[in-house]
Amino acid sequence: MQIPAELLYTKTHEWVKRGANDIVVGITAHAQEELRDVVFIELPKIGKSVKQGEPAAVIESVKAAFDIYAPVSGTISRINDAVAKSPQLVNQDCYGTGWLFAISPSSPDELSALMPSGEYAKQIQVETH
Amino acid sequence: MGIPLIFERSVAGRRGYFLPPSDVPRRDPADVVPQEQLRSTPPPLPEVAEFDVIRHYTKLSQLNFSVDTHFYPLGSCTMKYNPKLNERIAALPGFAWLHPFQPTEHVQGMLALLYELEQLLCAITGMSAFTLQPSAGAQGELTGLKIIAAYHRRKRRTRSTILIPDSAHGTNPASAALSGFSVVQVKSGPDGLIDLKELKQKLTDDVAALMLTNPNTLGLFERQIQEISAMLHAHDALVYMDGANMNALLGIARPGDMGVDLLQLNLHKTFSTPHGGGGPGAGPVGVTKALEDFLPVPRVRKSGKRFVWVERTRGTIGRVHGFYGNVGVLVRAYTYIRTLGREGLVRAGQTAIINANYLKAKLQPTFPVPFNQFCMHEFVVTLKALKAYGVSAGDVAKRLLDYGFYAPTVYFPLIVEEAFMIEPTETESKETLDEFVHALIRIAEEAKSDPELVRRAPKRMVVDRLDEVKAAREPNLRWTTTNKLGAVPKPVGG
Amino acid sequence: MDYTPNTDAQLYEMLKAIGVSSFEALIEMVPEPIRQPTLNVPSGLAEAQVIELGEDLAAKNRSLKHVTSFLGAGAYQHLVPTVVDALSARGEWLTPYTPYQAEASQGTLQAIYEFQTMICELLQMDVANASLYDGASSVAEAAVLAFRATERPRILVSEAVHPHARQVLATYLSGTSAMIQEIPTVNGVTDMEALGKALRDDVACVIMQQPNVFGCLEPMAHASELTHRPGALFVASVYPISLGVLQPPGAYGADIAVAEGRCLGSPVAYGGPGLGLFTTTSALLRRIPGRLAGCTVDQAGRRGYTLTLQTREQHIRRERATSNICTNEGWLALRATIFLSLLGPTGLREMAMLSLEKAHYANERLREIPGISAAFDQPFFNEFTLRYSETVDIAKVHRALAKAGFVGGFPLAHWYPTLPHTTLWCVTEVISQDAIDGLIDTLKRMV
Repeated sequence: MQIPAELLYTKTHEWVKRGANDIVVGITAHAQEELRDVVFIELPKIGKSVKQGEPAAVIESVKAAFDIYAPVSGTISRINDAVAKSPQLVNQDCYGTGWLFAISPSSPDELSALMPSGEYAKQIQVETH
Repeated sequence: MGIPLIFERSVAGRRGYFLPPSDVPRRDPADVVPQEQLRSTPPPLPEVAEFDVIRHYTKLSQLNFSVDTHFYPLGSCTMKYNPKLNERIAALPGFAWLHPFQPTEHVQGMLALLYELEQLLCAITGMSAFTLQPSAGAQGELTGLKIIAAYHRRKRRTRSTILIPDSAHGTNPASAALSGFSVVQVKSGPDGLIDLKELKQKLTDDVAALMLTNPNTLGLFERQIQEISAMLHAHDALVYMDGANMNALLGIARPGDMGVDLLQLNLHKTFSTPHGGGGPGAGPVGVTKALEDFLPVPRVRKSGKRFVWVERTRGTIGRVHGFYGNVGVLVRAYTYIRTLGREGLVRAGQTAIINANYLKAKLQPTFPVPFNQFCMHEFVVTLKALKAYGVSAGDVAKRLLDYGFYAPTVYFPLIVEEAFMIEPTETESKETLDEFVHALIRIAEEAKSDPELVRRAPKRMVVDRLDEVKAAREPNLRWTTTNKLGAVPKPVGG
Repeated sequence: MDYTPNTDAQLYEMLKAIGVSSFEALIEMVPEPIRQPTLNVPSGLAEAQVIELGEDLAAKNRSLKHVTSFLGAGAYQHLVPTVVDALSARGEWLTPYTPYQAEASQGTLQAIYEFQTMICELLQMDVANASLYDGASSVAEAAVLAFRATERPRILVSEAVHPHARQVLATYLSGTSAMIQEIPTVNGVTDMEALGKALRDDVACVIMQQPNVFGCLEPMAHASELTHRPGALFVASVYPISLGVLQPPGAYGADIAVAEGRCLGSPVAYGGPGLGLFTTTSALLRRIPGRLAGCTVDQAGRRGYTLTLQTREQHIRRERATSNICTNEGWLALRATIFLSLLGPTGLREMAMLSLEKAHYANERLREIPGISAAFDQPFFNEFTLRYSETVDIAKVHRALAKAGFVGGFPLAHWYPTLPHTTLWCVTEVISQDAIDGLIDTLKRMV
């Protein structure tokens, strides 16, 4: 199970990549496997303000819809138009071209609440038992 | 073999219906309507002959399962026989060919029927008054929720929360949200019923009402319903009952006697009106005397020997239907209730419960029943043991189609893993139930000996499993060559 | 009489198989104090008795077979081809469930796909759903969609939209933060100047009806253009048969187009069941309420149909669904599909033209009667508003008409107190010239 070491993770299966000006968010391999075929993604509007732990986007498979939670508070700075057009990118490359949106964080110390890869690996191990 | 689309049968110049010639002077529409408001190109509807239409829609119908042809053990849907007598009465021109604004002297028979139907529903449910306007159960829920909001508004307070059990039908939280309420879920206890401790904890001063189904979606009667109602009433909150499972209560108990304040019925369930492949239904809402003033208008009143429409009441929430409700459906339900009468309704309720318990007893050795006690008109089994063979409840549902049975409700209620919710109804014979048991047991054996067969099912229908992912990712919702939301589908045979 | 096949003997056998000796053992969960084993309703009846009862009640009504009605006002009597009744009565169309198990429902699903296609073509819109309850609730659902999609609170509605639709709209939006603002009319059509002034950037949508409640044709293209300037959505509520002749909503830029579709192949039936038509542009696809049938392929590559985009709906999204609708009007949608197949483009245009011609004939002859004049100077399709002079007692006239077998136009004062001597008349292809002439003769004698 892929859990890239350079990323941070949330309890709700989002990954976070720290960039120069903003942080990029996507869902983990574990999450996309549970979802199966992604058919649609409802991305937030650029400029929308989000709060840590609250729903920011929705991801849909044929039979279910799931919230994607903002890992930190801030404003949406970018969204991935490619994944909106081709939702299957989330299944194919969830850490790369399947990224979802980016946030300009308002409180950078919120990042300390996120998990490093080792801790996330332990969490999903517990979950699958 | 599949069937081409009606558009693919189109031949330029064909017509399926002819109108009488005009007996008034002919007119050029451009003489009376500005040119720019006239249609410039005719709609590309199919051009087919009457016989083309007969062949097409007759053959197409034969691709369907239906209650008339197959057993539908769908939990909480009450797929009972739809009596043809109901159709005959509803089609009488004296009912079918009335304009909603004809003078009341012209429609006394219609109004008498609507009035009497309201009385009958009150007698059956123990509620004090009904509105017949809502077009379906979900619209009935919406109506009930608007009444709940109005009740609290009149008491000059805002209560913004509705409590809903985790076993509830999806329309319950959807209706609550549509009505501007927020939803708080109440967990079921280990016995599958509402957990009173949980309920007490969640019962804050912001709670407007509890929405529950009784019996619940596990087919279990909420035995503490009177305590539950008392708890809600002590907070001056209301009890709304989703009456989808009313078939279990006919001649057993009445919601009005349980402390229920509002209730919607689904006439296309308990009261035998046909499902039509997705409606029309009707969702009348019954209330206690205290809430009668809030009911939608207009309402039928008896004035001496005459019936009249009353257009205004002090507290009405307004109108939910363009006219008076799904009258054609109401006539069918009225006919059914008068046909069965008191003896027939009681027998229906009892037989529904016996049929369900019989089916449960026969299936239980093979399929565990998570909440194992006598059920009412429906019950839930879990198929999670078949996961060991890589077979899911969804797969078994598809394999049932090959055996000539529509599948039970799958994956609902959400609180049971790999659930099948099964409701036979009272109109199924013992022989049909035995055949169904036999088929399910065979499929459980197939799951062990030949799981691929079950996973690939169905194989005997006109199509195999459909690519739903493609349908969702590349929506093709109409036949056309020019619009990106449609495409000319590939030829039928693939 | 009842419909339970199992005999008492069989039921006892089944109780034994369950492991109980009596039925009461099965309901021990139901507390004694609330048990109610008897129902206070009349005894059951045999079939012949039910028929007698039904026919007696029906006979107490004067149906449109026995009176000539000039009523429209949102409910329109059009011809229903025999084939529609014959085909839709089949048990395979009347009695299936909602088509969730697609492989067992290819008939219903393909019919819905055909319906969606035809409605898109008729209204010239991109997407149609499988139907909503009726025209009135479709107007309400359109407003809810616009409110949620634009995240703006103000809903502008012309006062010439049918009052019942406006009432249902108000009921649906109560308890939300949406605000409804009515746009007045001038000379029977929506006041474009007032509309322009009301169109600020807090407006979610503008709702207008074509033809409007008075039968008058509205400047829909102009209104649509005004509406789009501040980024609001234009919602058109239309009359399906009229689209055989009139410009469809897609042609004048409607974002959402709705209608009461019962006139497409189903009888008036005292106003219900209805058939809510709901269409949008492709941009609004994800926000559409109700079911959608989509075409796809099966594992062997064969064409098939399935419900799709279900994640919008209540059984999945629950409180975040686009609507709470579950059961809709499937059987009437099927009837509409058969109807439109039979009529085709030529038949539909003929039906519309007959209605237009007969209405204009009736209108001219009525206006020849002293004391009767046109209320508004506007073009119309098949419905028009007439003003009586103030000396005329409308109620008396209409009672006399009823005696002669006619139902006269709908008195508008009921809905519009500022229109006291005004009545709304509708003529469709079902009314003969003889009947119209008979109406004129009767009226001439009393006015």
